[in-house]
Amino acid sequence: MRPTAPLDTLSALYHRRSGITHLIVEPVPEILAALTKAPATASQLTETLVADYGLEQDAESAAALQARLDELEAIGLVWRL
Amino acid sequence: MRFSTSMRVGPVGFRIGSDWRAPIAGLKRLYRDYPKPADDIPHFTVRLEATHWWRRFVRPSVRIAGDHTLPEALPLPLAQGVLAAEMAMNLQMALGQRHFLLVHAASVERDGKVMILTGESGSGKSTLAALLGEHGWRLLGDEFALIDPQTGEAHPFPRPISLKNASIDVMAALAPPERFGERINGTPKGDIRHLIPNAAALAGMDKSAPPALILFPRFGNAADVREVLPSEVFIRLTQASTNYVSLAERGYTALTQLVTQTPARAIDFPDTATGLKLVQDLWAELA
Repeated sequence: MRPTAPLDTLSALYHRRSGITHLIVEPVPEILAALTKAPATASQLTETLVADYGLEQDAESAAALQARLDELEAIGLVWRL
Repeated sequence: MRFSTSMRVGPVGFRIGSDWRAPIAGLKRLYRDYPKPADDIPHFTVRLEATHWWRRFVRPSVRIAGDHTLPEALPLPLAQGVLAAEMAMNLQMALGQRHFLLVHAASVERDGKVMILTGESGSGKSTLAALLGEHGWRLLGDEFALIDPQTGEAHPFPRPISLKNASIDVMAALAPPERFGERINGTPKGDIRHLIPNAAALAGMDKSAPPALILFPRFGNAADVREVLPSEVFIRLTQASTNYVSLAERGYTALTQLVTQTPARAIDFPDTATGLKLVQDLWAELA
């Protein structure tokens, strides 16, 4: 668990493993909330975000989502199983 | 150490030792009405040492030593020995305090609620806090706000207020001479004179209270008030905290609770009278 605190447009997130505080903006809190419930593939995650948050289901959104996932993986907030 | 004194400031006990008599005499005067550390055991020890043994006598120069030190800190002339002690005490708190989240801020209490004033050196927070302390508010401190991660309450740390330059005369008109220390001229921050907090502040040094307003004062511009959103308050307070990182998740939880539960405003003020009125109006509206 990583506690996330919604502030206003930004949310704060404390990463226990590194001790680093991140300030995150949509869609990152939504991605992390979805993945906290259960691990998912990129396409499953897209379906969740489309259903729960009204994400557009097109190539541009898919590329943006992949870019966010790559960034989150690089800082250790999401990882591959 | 040849000379020494000890005192308790709010929840923190200090012992100060020195190679010289003068800084200890100055400290004893400033802290004459403070209690001693609980069970006479200080949390932090500070030593004011001669840079070399012969420097006790020739152009005396004070080096700060203690539980926590900065290796690159420059020695100060002996005439600024009280200032060296103050800096050393701040350093012990900044580097060694683990119980409270420390925010570089002044704080005052009214109606059982606390206002936190934070900003860079020169922003006017010390002067405003000193003024409020003479206008019916209880001064909690002008240097560090101590936030208890368990309760979210602000604890007093009412050190003598470090008045600088023009604010020395502002406060000299409001407080009697016996509450002032010696004037220290030519410090890196200009002229400094300490003001001993009044009896209400010292009597209340063990009384914490919940924060109700966070202010970011800035002296020198036309009067203005701006709302500060929690995310900006969060960022600015992490920068103003000396131990946010070392408190780890306790610090994160304390700070997120503080910024989401407490309204915040930035104020500009051109003079102390305007600043005082702005603060009092905001308090009436928001706290």
